[in-house]
Amino acid sequence: MKLAAALIALLALAFVPSLVGPYPLGLMIGILGYGILATAWALFSGPTRYISLATVAFFGLGAYTVAVLSETLPYPLVLLAAAAIGLVVALLVGLATLRLAGIYFVIFTFGLTELVRQLVTYYEVNVTRTLGRYVFLPFGPEHIYWQLLALLAATLAIAFWVRQSKIGLALRVIGDDPVVASHLGIRITRAKLTLFSISAVIMTLAGAIQAPRWTYIEPSIVFNPTTSFLVVIMALLGGPNRLFGPLLGAIPLFLLFEWLSANFPNHYSIILGLLFIAIVFVLPNGVLAAVDSVRARLTRKEASA
Amino acid sequence: MLSSAILTGLVLGGTYALVAMGLTLQYGVARIMNLAYGDIVIAASFAAFVLFSALGINPLLGMLLILPLGFALNWLIYAILLQPLARRSRDRGRLEGDSILATFGLLFVIQGVALVIFGSGFQSYNFLAVPVNILGTIVAANRLLALVLAVAFAIGLFVLLTRTRFGTVIRAVAANPASAPLVGVNVDSVARFAFALGGALAAAGGVVISMYLTFSATMGVVFTMKALIVVIMGGVGNLMGALAAGLILGLVETLVSTYIDPGLTLAATYLIFLAVLVVRPQGLFGKATS
Repeated sequence: MKLAAALIALLALAFVPSLVGPYPLGLMIGILGYGILATAWALFSGPTRYISLATVAFFGLGAYTVAVLSETLPYPLVLLAAAAIGLVVALLVGLATLRLAGIYFVIFTFGLTELVRQLVTYYEVNVTRTLGRYVFLPFGPEHIYWQLLALLAATLAIAFWVRQSKIGLALRVIGDDPVVASHLGIRITRAKLTLFSISAVIMTLAGAIQAPRWTYIEPSIVFNPTTSFLVVIMALLGGPNRLFGPLLGAIPLFLLFEWLSANFPNHYSIILGLLFIAIVFVLPNGVLAAVDSVRARLTRKEASA
Repeated sequence: MLSSAILTGLVLGGTYALVAMGLTLQYGVARIMNLAYGDIVIAASFAAFVLFSALGINPLLGMLLILPLGFALNWLIYAILLQPLARRSRDRGRLEGDSILATFGLLFVIQGVALVIFGSGFQSYNFLAVPVNILGTIVAANRLLALVLAVAFAIGLFVLLTRTRFGTVIRAVAANPASAPLVGVNVDSVARFAFALGGALAAAGGVVISMYLTFSATMGVVFTMKALIVVIMGGVGNLMGALAAGLILGLVETLVSTYIDPGLTLAATYLIFLAVLVVRPQGLFGKATS
């Protein structure tokens, strides 16, 4: 029943490009893009509570791979190459930090974006001698929309499957108490590494699919730290431990961000920073959990009355 | 060339050590992982820049104003933003997560304010840029002053922490915040003071940086990152470890940028960080805990 409803919703969303104009379609693409990133972020960071601040490092790697390879390789192979690069970087980061306490992971991801950006810049300046590239792919906005929709469906399906499966349970135990987890015989590092890699590959693909939208790409554009920041606040607003939480958080915040950057281009990072702090203070577990606790309180009142 | 690279590296390393000592106080004593730390550093650099270029105030005199301001600002940040989080979360993991998120938001606020006022361009000013000859190597006087200041602050802080009663109280909280109240220590106020003192050191680092480096509003992340790496290399809460680790980092960076490529300095920093994480996660000078 639920599966049928999900498929109908997906099918209905697939017809959106033929129904709306270019501006709403652009907004839909943005929402899908951030929805994917936030869901993928929560896939790993929700249950483990390892806060990853490097979303845009993977996103940018994906976009840049497309910019570099799209003229020499067929498109499906370019996507595969992007996913492979994302996987290798995720494994390197994960193997170095996920054996240790969460704080090392956070610190490492905090600087990872800057590191990747500088390395890509170094590579472009010294090896290929071209800083900034043009992406020419025969894709209209509707093609990007459909690809993102498929990726979002896949991401949600993976997130749903992880919640049901042993590895999801293992991660929740790790997040609650790593000592108990290791006594239960959970291979902590392997579980964390697997989920982190899946989440990173999805982020890389999200960047790769959206690359044709920019037309012109350079490191300072695709490795914009604001993206990492937005993804974390979206997932937190919706609730990182709910299947649809991050997606629901992405919708209002993306629209707000669009409005702020159009009307207050110089002040939006201040406003978003304050909003972020407010969310950390008021809604530590997200809107959905807050709604649930209010509802629980109401039913308890009704029951006692 | 080698001796000048080593001297430059020591100057840079001294600055890193100074900046990292503030962070090790904030993280080691107040237990706050402050991701907005580098932006406080840069804010102090801008303050020194404004005082020097608009009012003609010498940055050394400017410190007399900027350091207390940094102390007060961080005292307020802790009292308003972080203390409620510390009270809310009883276990350390929760506080770490919440403080990372809250200071991540703060980072964008401070950076946003700096961008609105100063724009995204690089700034610098000319202070004591006279050449000095040391053992046959020419070095600018402002860099030498930066090194002297870093060492002076390090010694001052070391004496404060190890030779005074108040320093003993701070170290008691760093060693065991749960037992410190048993010997009559007010953990809340000591943590607040340590956080503010760390902020004052960040401000000192910012003024020193502004004397010999160019800086921009978005550079805070880089300084936070380097300070974090120095803190972990030296062992959390270990001042002399931070000094040694800072000097090592500065030397390596300068050697890499002199002999390999300036574009790879951050990669070198990260490589050191990776090596430390893989070989000695408790820090080069830290004690093994588990």
